[in-house]
Amino acid sequence: MTTLSGPPVVSARNLLTPDQVGPALVGSLKKLDPRAQLHQPVIFVVWVGSAFSTVLAIAEPTLFGWLIAGWLWLTVLFANVAEAVAEGRGKAQAATLRKARTTTVAHLVDGREVPAATLQPGDRVVVVAGQVIPGDGDVTEGIASVDESAITGESAPVIRESGGDRSAVTGGTTVLSDRIVVQITSKPGETFVDRMIGLVEGASRQKTPNEIALNILLSSLTVIFLLAVVTLQPLAIYSGAKQPIAVLIALVVCLIPTTIGALLSAIGIAGMDRLVQRNVLAMSGRAVEAAGDVNTLLLDKTGTITLGNRQAVTFMAVGGTEEKEVADAAQLASLADETPEGRSVVVLAKTQYGLRERSDLPGAQFVPFTAQTRMSGVDLPDGRELRKGAAGAVTGWVRACGGHVPREVAQFVDGISGSGGTPLVLASLDQGTARVLGVIHLKDVVKQGMRERFDELRRMGIRTVMITGDNERTARAIAEEAGVDDVLAEATPEDKLALIAREQAGGRLVAMTGDGTNDAPALAQADVGVAMNTGTSAAKEAGNMVDLDSNPTKLIEIVEIGKQLLITRGSLTTFSIANDIAKYFAILPAMFAGVFPALATLNIMRLASPQSAILSAVIFNALIIVALVPLALRGVRYTPASASAMLRRNLLVYGAGGVILPFVGIKLIDLLVSLLPGIA
Amino acid sequence: MDADSEQRWPTYLRSVLAFSAVGVLLLYLLQRVQPLLPLSDGMAAVEQSSAWNTAVSFVTNTNWQGYSGESTMGNLVQMAGLAVQNFVSAAVGITVAIALVRGFARTTTDRLGNFWVDVTRTVTRVLLPISVVAALVLVLGGVVQNLSAGVAAHTLGGVTQFLPGGPVASQEAIKELGTNGGGFFNANSAHPFEGPTAWVSLFQIFLMLLIPFALPRTFGRMVGDKRQGYAILGVMAALASVSLGLMSWVQARSGGTATQLAGAAMEGQEVRFGGPLSALFADVTTLTSTGAVNSMHDSFTPLGGGVAMVNMMLGEVAPGGVGSGLYGMLVLAVITVFVAGLMVGRTPEYLGKRLGRREMTLASLYILTTPALVLIGTGIAMAFPAGRGAMLNAGPHGLSEVLYAFTSAANNNGSAFAGLSANTPFYNVALGLAMAFGRFLPIVFVLALAGRLAVQGRRPATVGTFPTHRPLFVSLLFAVVLVVVGLTYFPALSLGPLAEGL
Repeated sequence: MTTLSGPPVVSARNLLTPDQVGPALVGSLKKLDPRAQLHQPVIFVVWVGSAFSTVLAIAEPTLFGWLIAGWLWLTVLFANVAEAVAEGRGKAQAATLRKARTTTVAHLVDGREVPAATLQPGDRVVVVAGQVIPGDGDVTEGIASVDESAITGESAPVIRESGGDRSAVTGGTTVLSDRIVVQITSKPGETFVDRMIGLVEGASRQKTPNEIALNILLSSLTVIFLLAVVTLQPLAIYSGAKQPIAVLIALVVCLIPTTIGALLSAIGIAGMDRLVQRNVLAMSGRAVEAAGDVNTLLLDKTGTITLGNRQAVTFMAVGGTEEKEVADAAQLASLADETPEGRSVVVLAKTQYGLRERSDLPGAQFVPFTAQTRMSGVDLPDGRELRKGAAGAVTGWVRACGGHVPREVAQFVDGISGSGGTPLVLASLDQGTARVLGVIHLKDVVKQGMRERFDELRRMGIRTVMITGDNERTARAIAEEAGVDDVLAEATPEDKLALIAREQAGGRLVAMTGDGTNDAPALAQADVGVAMNTGTSAAKEAGNMVDLDSNPTKLIEIVEIGKQLLITRGSLTTFSIANDIAKYFAILPAMFAGVFPALATLNIMRLASPQSAILSAVIFNALIIVALVPLALRGVRYTPASASAMLRRNLLVYGAGGVILPFVGIKLIDLLVSLLPGIA
Repeated sequence: MDADSEQRWPTYLRSVLAFSAVGVLLLYLLQRVQPLLPLSDGMAAVEQSSAWNTAVSFVTNTNWQGYSGESTMGNLVQMAGLAVQNFVSAAVGITVAIALVRGFARTTTDRLGNFWVDVTRTVTRVLLPISVVAALVLVLGGVVQNLSAGVAAHTLGGVTQFLPGGPVASQEAIKELGTNGGGFFNANSAHPFEGPTAWVSLFQIFLMLLIPFALPRTFGRMVGDKRQGYAILGVMAALASVSLGLMSWVQARSGGTATQLAGAAMEGQEVRFGGPLSALFADVTTLTSTGAVNSMHDSFTPLGGGVAMVNMMLGEVAPGGVGSGLYGMLVLAVITVFVAGLMVGRTPEYLGKRLGRREMTLASLYILTTPALVLIGTGIAMAFPAGRGAMLNAGPHGLSEVLYAFTSAANNNGSAFAGLSANTPFYNVALGLAMAFGRFLPIVFVLALAGRLAVQGRRPATVGTFPTHRPLFVSLLFAVVLVVVGLTYFPALSLGPLAEGL
């Protein structure tokens, strides 16, 4: 888990490109089939109303009747456009993925050749350089570099080897070098790529729990408004103001929450799509919603909170040596050291003391690190020998060369270890005199901006727990620096699982990332388990999301996307219901002011005529859907803030805005509509 | 009865329904066999549909009275039938509310308490003691309390005047305290023996408000956070204040020559105590689902009558009937929290309980029930001659009368707009059904909801959780109640009070 945040593979595409609109329109016409509407109860009611008003318009053709019928159909169509556009965005991605799922021939270990599509779990296949891996599985023999760009979009090849946490391979990726034996783990048609295609196309989309609950509320509001209008007719007849059926249908359509009803599924699809754009695959919409609810984030220290490599942060001089001299010697000793630690020593000497990196030292003899000596260094042409390494090894070398190790060395070493760092001792042997020059402080460096991220999370009410194999003291020191809320030190997989269970028992939802097979139980237990794509298939099976970039920091973005999804739904619901107030003020006076002139006072928008008022309300109702499609696809603006602050803002924008906007909108449309002959 | 054995929600519900069904049956029989019983003062058996209507009316805490008290019910039916139901129907409302509160307060249990224990304790520890004290105060104020069938008095003018008597004060106390509203006399609290003085009227108003406004505090205490209770109380008080302000304003400003001469709309008002007290009483009685009256709502200005109607259309939640007001408001709070919860990006939760599919289904059905009953009932009444025939007024006012009747019945208020001859088989049956469904369907949903909530654990509150005790929530709930009610009833209201009053 050392992969750093890569650029999103699928760049944030424009929301509505012309090449998406065409297919979307075709798709939305196809969806006019009433059977396609049944999953959207609100829009289904509009569909029935449209059909009914069309029949009425045919039976008794009037301009007004036709206009109402036409705009009602447009309302249904616009609702379909929203869904089709959202789906279309996924389809483009699915097409790319389909290319990866080419029909390949699999070479079984026993030499037989079978079509890849017939592979069963347990089959073992041989893949050599240049061949496409025929199915998902684990490498059981060999090591190879694999091009996974078909899935991740990342062109740099990755290493896959048998055993350990780098053994999983995905069908559709290409082996670039060497030969591996893969044991297939997926059933035909259920491979990772198959699932991805299903997900991004929205085909396997199931309604999420909150979406279902919201649908229930919207349905019951629809029933209430239906009742209010259906029972209005006897009252109207009694009052001598019998209403044309077309007007009643128009009233129903305007009142029922068509705006949110039309956009609801688009919002859901777009939410999944936003994840896909960030290269995260959620196996269910439920997981995305759960992400928004997360109370506790478990973050691995290495790779998530820290850069994962120890870096030199200070040079400490010992026994009267100048610090600059220490830096100079440390740099010389590290020139040939290509480990991240070695590089960081060279860089520190350069940035802190202005010591230029010397690329070549003629005659210098580099001493590589070995497990036996536990130190490395250089023998310079002038006879000087420099060594750096673990405290015990280097001080042993100094003593063996007859040198003396001052007391302060031990003090420095203990101090660094105590603060969670790693000490490296630097020593020299010059003209027969061995001495310790200084100590290099290596430290786990916390990634930039992590503290701010954690503060942000805290403001959202999310607690962060750092998981590490380090000892308690080291862990606390890093936790303090990074600003996480808690640590789980010397963590075993069992500890992780126990922590998750404990959090969940307290009613909290837990999210975590993991890649190893031993993470699998915890990934499965967590409410949101994000598996790294570099991880084992066991981990990927256990989690409910896979991050193709294998960037554990992305968990934070996933939480935000989950929240944004819910906020978008809630805000548009509020907006939709708030719109009804203005529609009443448009339609009711239009219906009854003829009989009860007093009701004309309710016509506060001063709409031109009863017909233009009703028509304007219907047109506004249809157009607002189109106007909000981009918002539904993009999601409403989300900035981390406390619940109260967020609610206040959204109520102001979508609640108050939802009350005021239609008054303006309907009035403007009325100004246009009243120009029509026969309407004004 | 094992007081320690608690019931699951279906059992609790069955107990409520069985208890109420038995109540309806007994009250029906009591009215039918009245002439055979002692202390009946020679009253005849009550006609079938009227007896059904009255039985349902008192058991559902509605106390819609299609009959005239002093000429229909003897003292025995008044005491053993009506007064008993005044107590127990109020107690049922409170126990259901408490069961819902337990749903919020408890975690991971399927037990909601024991209905029989709850109802007994509510009667003996809350309603009876307060009623006894209240009855004594009423007697002091001049309310009649005897077992007489009435006396004939010869006045100075030489005519014979019949002065009815009866156990009025004792019934009066629970009538207001239990937000029942069924008067001993047809004129209800406008009758000088029920409401003799201005301060008695004020005391009755106090009794009506006492329990509905006290229960939110109980709620807060039971869920372990009094602020939650005060928030609910705040919404109720805000709605009530706005309503009272509107009522007083429209009553005082109405046009017309006669009204202007009198200074305000005086027809049908409690002229002994003045218009403002009438307005206050009318407002409180409709806000609390009591339905007692000290003036005739039919004679209010059209908009004043409209305010009374809107008060009931709120679903009787501001503060509503005893118990029913609290559970109604809590269900509305659930709806509010759901929408607000989505807007802050979390699965909505109220008091740590997640509001998922089942919870929202039940809450949605709850808010659907009464509007459906009111609208369908009014629609049917206006569509058929049986309904239209009973109207004494034409035009929008006639429509208001019918709309008022169904609103009052379905919301279990029980006040009448008069001007509608409601003691006909059609209205007796239709309004009886509206009362029964309007009472018990919501109870079914509330208890099921309580059961769903109680089995849940509690999710801890964080800064990411939307706080439900702050002014923001109070205003939002206030707005949700008004918007939902406004949108539902606006068309019907526009053809009734609005058409007449604007």
